[in-house]
This record gives sequence, C-alpha cells and structure tokens, in this order.
Amino acid sequence: MPSPRYWREIPSRYRLEAGRCASCGKVVYPRRRVCPDCRGTEFESVLLSPEGKVVTSTVVHVAPTEFQMAAPYPMAVVETPEGARLMVQVTDCEPEDVCPGLHVNLEFRLIRREGEGGILCYGHKAVPQPAAG
Amino acid sequence: MRDVAIIATGMTPFGELWQTSLRDLFVQAAREALDAVGGPRPDAIYVGNMSGGQFVGQEHLAPLMADHLGYAGVPATRVESACASGGAALRSAFYEVGAGASDLVLVVGVEKMNDGVDVTNVLASAADQETEVYHGITFPGLYAMIARAHMEAYGTTEGDLAVVSVKNHRHGTMNPKAQFRQEVTLEQVMTSSMVADPLRLLHCSPVSDGAAAVLLCPLDRAREFTDKPVKIRGSGMATAPMALADRADPAFLDAVSLAACRAYEATGVGPSDIQVAEVHDCFSIAELCVLEALCLTARGEAAELTRAGETTHGGRVPINTSGGLKSKGHPVGATGVAQAIEIVEQLRGEAGERQVKDATVGLTQNMGGSGASSVIHVFERV
Repeated sequence: MPSPRYWREIPSRYRLEAGRCASCGKVVYPRRRVCPDCRGTEFESVLLSPEGKVVTSTVVHVAPTEFQMAAPYPMAVVETPEGARLMVQVTDCEPEDVCPGLHVNLEFRLIRREGEGGILCYGHKAVPQPAAG
Repeated sequence: MRDVAIIATGMTPFGELWQTSLRDLFVQAAREALDAVGGPRPDAIYVGNMSGGQFVGQEHLAPLMADHLGYAGVPATRVESACASGGAALRSAFYEVGAGASDLVLVVGVEKMNDGVDVTNVLASAADQETEVYHGITFPGLYAMIARAHMEAYGTTEGDLAVVSVKNHRHGTMNPKAQFRQEVTLEQVMTSSMVADPLRLLHCSPVSDGAAAVLLCPLDRAREFTDKPVKIRGSGMATAPMALADRADPAFLDAVSLAACRAYEATGVGPSDIQVAEVHDCFSIAELCVLEALCLTARGEAAELTRAGETTHGGRVPINTSGGLKSKGHPVGATGVAQAIEIVEQLRGEAGERQVKDATVGLTQNMGGSGASSVIHVFERV
C-alpha cells in the first residue's frame, strides 16, 4: 500500500475518529463527506468509545494472502455505544467464544505488514471483556 | 419505451477452461448467439465483466471484444458491478433497445478466473477496501457473517444451508453446461472443509471460467429472427450500503428487496406469479436470504420452504434449475447473463430434463459484493 494512502486513514484507524452529523446526529465511521442518512455535510469530530458489542461474526479459515499465517481467526461486526459499527478481528480468545452480544474492548494492535513497503499497518482489534463478577 | 425481446442465446460450458482465453470465451458465446439467428451485425455490444484487469491484466475489454468478434467499429461498452456485472450489462442493453436507440444489441458476460491470480484477493476487492478488506475479511467471511445473523434471528441451522447445496447440485446434474454435474450428500456438505464458519467448501460457488451471450431486439421485430422470442417484461436495480457493518440488518438483503419492488412495480408481475427463478446463490445462505427479499416467502421462512421441496422440480417455484452458481459455476461477470439464458430456455420449453412444466413467467436475480448491488429481470413467454 503506498504510504499516502495509509497515512490518510490514520485518524480513523489509530484514534477511532468518527463524525457526528450536525443535521441528524448520526455517527459515521470512518468519517465521510456526506451523511448517508440525511445527506448533511457538516460534521463534528467525535472519538468512538473503544468498546462495543458483537453484532455478527465468523471465523475465517481460508484467508487473504497477508493473513494466512494467522488463520483461522475470528472476525466480527462490533457496535460501539455511539451506534457506529466496525469490521474487526477478534483476538486473545477462543474463536468459538465469539457470539452476538459479546462485550468487547477495542485495542490498538498490529493488523498487517506491507512487506515490500516496509510499513507496519495498525488499527483496532476486539478483545472480549472479562466476565463481570 | 418499446417492448424488448431476447431472440438468441450462446454460452460456453462453465468450468476450468485451460485451453480458452478471456477473449476466446467471449467470441465463442457471442458467435453462438449471433449464428443462431443468421449472423446479423449488432448495432451495439455490452460486455459484463467484473475484473479482467485483476484476473488477466486486461482492461478496455469492450473494444477488444468487438475487435475479436470482427466488429471493430460497433459501439461497445463494458459494465461493471462486481458479480452483478452481467445483469447490469443486460439492463443497459434492455434500456438501449427499449429507448429506440438501437435495434440489435448483443450482451456478453465473461470472466476468466483460472489464469493464476489469487482469486480470494481479487473477489475481496468487491468489498470495502478501507474498512473491511484491510482487517482481513474475505467474501465467504462476509456471507458467513450474514449466515450467523440469519441463524441468530431465525434459528436457521447449518443443515438448512446444506439442503440448498444438495438441491442445486442435483439440479446441476441435468445441465450439460454445468461445472459440477454430480450430486452431493448432506453429509458431504456438512463435513467439507471449513472456509469461513459456518460456511464450508460445499456451501461456496466455485472458481470458474465462462461466457454467456444474449441478443436483444424490439419485440415487434423479433419474429424476423426467431419463432420463440422471450419478452423482457422489466428490470429493477438497487444498491445498499457497501460495507456489511453499515447495514441495519445484516440478515436482510436490502438491495435485493428494493430491486424486486421496482421490478414487480415496473412489470405488474408479483412474487406469486413467478414460476421459475434463477437467483444468486454465490453461497448457500445467499439463496435463502434472496428468497426472503424477493417476497417468495416470509422473512425467516426460506429454509422451511426449501426443506419442504417447494424450490425444486414439482414444488411451488423451482429455484436455480440450472444448478445455480453453486453447481453450474460462477464466472462472475458471466453469471447474470447465464441466469437469463436458463430462464429463456425454460420459457421456450427447451430446458430438457430440467424443464419446469408450462412455465410462462420467470425471474433472474443477480447480486454484487455482499449484497451492495442487485439487478432483477422478469421474463415472459410470448
């Protein structure tokens, strides 16, 4: 991945920066130019809470080239308290433990390596929260 | 808008066609369609293709294909909507003929997937690169998430998914053009290797080469070319949020639902009028979700419909009599056109042992990505 393309995404990937639509209040992650719900164009910057609940999930066994060493790995759509949804890997758990409703923390992790460019690509992965009590 | 008919079809077998190049697949299907009606010169050509650029390094397909067909000079346009490219190309041609801009329009869907590139990576480019693929999701992975959401919402089981694969393989045994002409058992499906939990290898459509062509003309000229034209009653298309995470209900295919509403409204045909349909079963779960989005059954009831035998021969509405993407094969850009060919054969009464008795109205549903685009056509015997 050429470095400018990577660098442009850093605010959303490293800091979970999202946009809250000034017209309708929808939280859009990553931020866009136009609100998909009301087509508003004014946004205020918000940081997503680094936690959420699993909406749906899978365990990837046949992986893309860059992730083959990690397979099988669970992935999930996670919804944060702000209502934003993210596609993330789930880690530090047994794959079969990932199910809808599971509470997770979003932790800053290495996602992939761009071998030829020498770029380490970071972002967030989900880690199940310790059970209460 | 003029009425539009399909007057001829042509199709290569689907499969691993090592002897045949992308351009030769195109020419083979196109020539078969043109030759069926005496080899007329088309007024325009539409090429449905997802990714010649990634699969074989070839873009600018439309003039290349016109040239290789011997028709350099004819206007030609390539249409891309991932795995719905073929359906989208057909739709463009339908409106060009309907609008009166052209009389004879050739539509060819084509894909060459077996020439060496990593197919998983290429197909993933139909998902959102920045928010999905970056994190390691695959296409089967996205549909696996749809499957788990469906299971959570409606109690759908892995066995329900497997029943779809078994049915479509059984249909495919009767299709001489199908990639896999053998039956599979429920046990074989449910013990095949895991691709993305809960989807196993035999829930997934294969990697295929192939091309499919149809020739369109105004209905009032169709009898000049054939005794058995099939009318395209209408077309519906819709989009949905690209990323699965951005869809309100990951178990429901909004683009399919919206496209179906538009097609039903445009044609006056309702779900209960459909006698045979080809739907986009890229993964077994997709067929169940599509049946629900097409209103052929209520939400959450497609598995029951399938288990009751209502979607096979003798049932209420046979689905994927061609074998579907699962058994017939899925050369992605060709699929939408190949679906139309199966319905044309059914409505002409030329589907051989796959024939649905007295079918007069049929539907095709083609889908791109994890459901971000869908194209639907309704056909009628005339």
